[in-house]
Formats: sequence, C-alpha cells, structure tokens
Amino acid sequence: MERSKRQKQRKVLLMGRSGAGKSSMRSIIFSNYVAKDVRRLGATVDVEHSNIRFMGNLMLNLWDCGGQDSFVESYLSNQRSHVFTSVAVMIFVFDISSREAAADLLSFASTIRALYEFSPGSKIFVLIHKMDLVPADQKARVFQQKAIDVRTTCEDEGFQSQQVDFWATSIWDQSLYKAWTQVIYFLVPNASAIEDMLRRLADLLDARELILYERTTCLVVTHITRDAEQRNPYNDRFERISSILKTHKHSMAKHTGTMASEVSFAELQIKTGDFMFFITRLTENTNLAVVMPSDEASFNAARVNVQLARREFSHLDIVEKRGKDVQRQGKDGPALEEVRMADDGEASSSGRASDR
Amino acid sequence: MASGKLDGFTPASQLTLMRYLQGLHEAEPPSSPNLQARYHTGRLPNGRHAGSKPRLMLMGQKRSGKSSISSVVFHKMPPSETLYLETTTAIQSRSLHSFMDFQVAELPGHLDYFNPEFDQASIFGDIGALIWVIDAQDEYLDAINQLNSTIIYLSTTYPAINIEIFVHKVDGLSEDYKNDTFRDIIQRVQDELSDAGYENPPVSFYQTSIYNHTIFEAISKVIQKLIPQLPALESLLNSLCSSCRIEKAFLFDIPSKIYVATDTSPTDTSSYEVCSDYIDVIVDLEEIYGWDRSVENGYPMEERDETGNGDSESLVTMEKKGHNYLYLKEINRYLALICLMGEDSPAEKKVLIDYNVGVFQEAIEKIFPRNDR
Repeated sequence: MERSKRQKQRKVLLMGRSGAGKSSMRSIIFSNYVAKDVRRLGATVDVEHSNIRFMGNLMLNLWDCGGQDSFVESYLSNQRSHVFTSVAVMIFVFDISSREAAADLLSFASTIRALYEFSPGSKIFVLIHKMDLVPADQKARVFQQKAIDVRTTCEDEGFQSQQVDFWATSIWDQSLYKAWTQVIYFLVPNASAIEDMLRRLADLLDARELILYERTTCLVVTHITRDAEQRNPYNDRFERISSILKTHKHSMAKHTGTMASEVSFAELQIKTGDFMFFITRLTENTNLAVVMPSDEASFNAARVNVQLARREFSHLDIVEKRGKDVQRQGKDGPALEEVRMADDGEASSSGRASDR
Repeated sequence: MASGKLDGFTPASQLTLMRYLQGLHEAEPPSSPNLQARYHTGRLPNGRHAGSKPRLMLMGQKRSGKSSISSVVFHKMPPSETLYLETTTAIQSRSLHSFMDFQVAELPGHLDYFNPEFDQASIFGDIGALIWVIDAQDEYLDAINQLNSTIIYLSTTYPAINIEIFVHKVDGLSEDYKNDTFRDIIQRVQDELSDAGYENPPVSFYQTSIYNHTIFEAISKVIQKLIPQLPALESLLNSLCSSCRIEKAFLFDIPSKIYVATDTSPTDTSSYEVCSDYIDVIVDLEEIYGWDRSVENGYPMEERDETGNGDSESLVTMEKKGHNYLYLKEINRYLALICLMGEDSPAEKKVLIDYNVGVFQEAIEKIFPRNDR
C-alpha cells in the first residue's frame, strides 16, 4: 500500500491513425517483441492499457488507443474528459507512407484540441514513423516538411513550440530506441540527480563512458561521456547498444528456456586491446555499462567500485519519500569508499571520494 | 645411386655410407606405399591442395539457392537481400581467407556437366566436398535424378569426394511436411544408389534454410570433414572441457560464424545458436568502442603492449545461478573459442580457465602454422 503512494504515476497517451504503428512500437519497446514478430499484431480495439514500471517508482500508464475512426470518434466525444485529463505526455504517430496526409493532419488537430482542453501543459512527442519506406536521399527533406506542417497545427491549437518534439522513427533500426529514450528521459523525475552522481562515479573510476539503462526495455536513461570518448564516431551508439542488448536477451532467453522478461545476467565483461567494458546491475531496475581503457588493474578496481556504489544509487529508485534528503546530500556527497589496488596488489580503502 | 657418384665422395662420407648400408637390415622398414587413410573422413584428401585449402562445390538445379547460400555464409549478406541476386551464368569461384583458405565454387544449375565439352578434371579434380542443393519447396524428382547420375558418375572417377545433400528452403514448410519431404528424398536417393550397386555411398543429408542457423550448422559439418586436423582439435577441446568443467566448447570462425570443431559431447542447435549470437554481440560492441584512437589530434597513443590483452576475451555471468555462463576468447584473428560453462564451474577459479585456454591457444598455433599476423 505504501509503495503505491510513493510511486509516481505518469499518464502517457499513444495515439495516431489506424495502422500507423503504435502497437508495434509498444510491443517492441515494452514487450520484448523483435521487429519481425509485429506482423502478428491485429488492430487494437478501443484502448489497451499497460502499466509499466520504470526505474522502480515511475509507473507509466500507457494508453495505446486504437486508431480506427470509430474509436477516435468515441475518445473525442463521450470519453473526452476520461481520456484527456492529467496527461503527462502525448505520443502521436504519423505514418509517413500514408496517402491521406491531409486527413491525418485533421485528425491530429482534433486530438490535440481535446488535449489542450484538459491537459494544456502536457508534452507532445510527434513520431514520424515508417521512415524505412522513404528513399534514403529524400528522408531529411520529407521529415522536415512534415515537421513544419505538424508544428504549425500545434501552434494553431495553442501549444508552445517547446512543448512539441519531433522524431523520425522506424522499427527496423535503432531510431525507435532513440525516440523512446527521449520520452523516458523526459518522464524520469530525478534525471539530473542521477546524472550528478554518475558524473562523480565516472571521475572516480576514470571511466571513458558510463551508460545507465533500464533493465527490461534496455532503453538508455542517461549517459556520461568523458573527454577521451567524445570523439567516438558512432553518435548513435546508445541506441545501437539498446538494440544489441535486447537481441542478446532474446538469445539467452531462447537458450535457457525462460521468458525474455525474466532473463538477466549479473555481469557481462569484454576485454580487448583497445578498451575494456562491463555491464552490471546498478539498481533493481537499471544496469550500468562502463567503458574503461585497456588496463587490467583499473578495470578490476572499477568493478569493485561499482559494486560498492550500488547502495548509494539504490535510493534513487524510490525518490518520492526521501527526495529532499537526496537533493541535500547531493552537495556534500555521501561517503563513497574507494578501493584502490596498491602496487603490491593489496586492496586498501581510503575515505571519502573528495579526499582523492 | 650411380656408382660414378661414389668416386666423388670423401672417405668419411664413404664410411658413413657403408655404415648405413651395413646397418640397413636393422633399419625400420619403410612405410607402406599404400597410405592408409588416416583422416577423420576415412579417405585421403584429394587433389594437390588437399589439407590446406578445402574446396567446396555447390551444385543443384537452377534457382535452388546455391548463390544465396554462398553469399549468406561466406559473404555476410543478410538473407533478405538474396532476393536481389541474379542468376549465375558462369562457374563462380570465390576464395575465402580465414584461418584456412576456402574455395567455394558454384556451378550454374542449367548446364550439363557431363557434356564432353566441359573439362571435368579441372572442375571436379580438386574438390573435397560436393554440396547438392535441392529446393524442398519445389518439384524435386528431376533434381534427384540429376543428383543420382552425378553421384554414380563421380563414384567411378572421383570416389573420394564427399557428397552432401542440402534439403533447402525448409523454413517455409510445416514441421510434418518438412520431415516427410526429408525422409522421401533420403529414401529415393538411397534406393536409386543401391539399385545401381552402391551400398554405402559417402552421402549425407541436411535440412537447411538461409533464414536461420541451420545453414551455418550444415556447412560447419561439411567443412569439418575436410579438415585433417579435426581429431587433434576435438581431443584438445575435450581435455579443455574436462579440466575446466565446461559443458560445451566450440571453435568458431569469426567472419563466417561456422564452427570448425567442437568437443565430442552431443551438440544441439540451441547451443550453437546462443554462441553464434554471442559473437555478434561482441563484434558489434568491439566495433563501437574499438575505434581508432590514434588518429585523434593531440591524443596520446596508448602503449598497448603494457597492459591490455592482445586478443579479446569476454565473459557473461548469470545472476540467478551465480556462475559463469558464456566465455569467449579470441584465439587469433579468425578463430574464437566459445564455451558454455557448466553448472558447477567455479567462478572464482578464472585463473584455472585462463591457464588452460592459454595452453589451448599454443596448441592451436602449432596445429595451424600461421602466416597471417
């Protein structure tokens, strides 16, 4: 009972016309489908509710609203207040290959009109979907054009331009993960507190990069990149990693005969001549990926340090109650013990991180 | 030795020669000129390239899937793109440089090879294995007839070639239909051959599809029969498994993801799949973070030799059971050892595993003398 009080509920509406790709996206991100499995999905009838626990205390109420005209009519009329009240985020999906662009835009306009009526402060993410169907050389132009049209409509209905974000997506590549990562990042209540702590951890470990991602969805919550790694040519690596890890989970689930949602490894390590990498659990719902330079001693020290850091991060999961405490403590910093591998191989601890 | 030569010898060597000739009756008899087949296949490797350069030949009717197989396995083409491959019109021969040099030759399906115009010695002379691809979704009776006449012809002229039959494109069939078709094809081929007088032809059958792992497994088995060092590799893997309590170990060829050897415990498809997928994870992550840092302006090049390992190593530990699960070690540029660890494999005794794998690595270097580093 107490737990549900501490949980923050965020209502997220997922809307768009029938066949735009909403249920496919939802099942890939949240239900462990792979792209080719979505062919099996039928049209959504009325609204499908999912309650997704994210980062421990964040409960996403995802309303996957059937896009067929009759359902849309119903939301806009007799279910209007029920659907559009207290919305934190509206995700609207446009199928770029649709031949009824004008009708799509009208439907969008009436939907956000209702949204403005009941939740004028909500954030809108517009996903221009099925971009894989657009020839590569036209992608940028097509996307820009659509974004301009949609933005104009939003402004007409009263939304400020900073309330609306646009993303080009496709289920066949990692752009889907990138867009949803932004949605999640917007919804996570204590993102900046997490980032501060991670930044300090990164300095302590002398890591090249730290990536925090959510366990079940493999979505990247946030990342800290230090100087050495800024020049990494792969700017989309976070989405790629999401997709690599998701596939890996599926592969392990298949082999061990368990459900993909239950599979999780304790640690994954990779050591090469260029870099060393490990992923391990940080909190109950998140994993941390650490990229280190190719040095055995600092790699092992890093692994131990992350284990020790776990208890400091554990209260980030349930922030509601102790929220203020954590914020205050953030300045002085709880004592992060550091285990240093001395040259003679013995482990010794030193005091607070700030004494380093 | 002509007697004229003896005159040119110095007295010392003459003495040596005489000593040799005198001792001759005590010497070991020379090994018999009929070399017993000492390799895994039970027969000698063929041709001048035997043992160092396995040669495969893909044959079958047109549109049976030969070029697709060659592209997907050896040239990393995604299976969906094979729709765009054009019909092969001439004999295609491709070399694959890996831990061993492979040559894969593809014969277009619409030509008749028994026509005296074709130089059969150059086509069939060197190959170790002939892969005949049958499209299981199509009418296969004609294919079987052609296959049988080829087998009969080859068994007289080139008897040492392994015949491997791929019952291909089985992904689109239901389980029952797939098995029925498979049994039917096996039955027909074996009946025909025994009618023609061949009781135990060197024929093997595989069910394959480019849309899943079955094609890689089938090609792995075909190639294993052509590697003369296979028994040595298998026994090395067996001793590694027993000393480190490994459930299953594979020696994979990284670029093509076929496995060169495995230990002798029973192999099932899911073990192969999880290892093959794991290679993908490692290769992808290595690509992302292994970018070339030396070209950065002002960024000091790290001294690699001091600290890091030259070859990659990776480990996955399962949470619930708390033991090691998957272990990967790159043996050289092309080969990787992947182990599925056993239930009670001690996670703390990594040192033991490291040492044993090091020994294994040295042994591999002796087995495959390398010229690629």
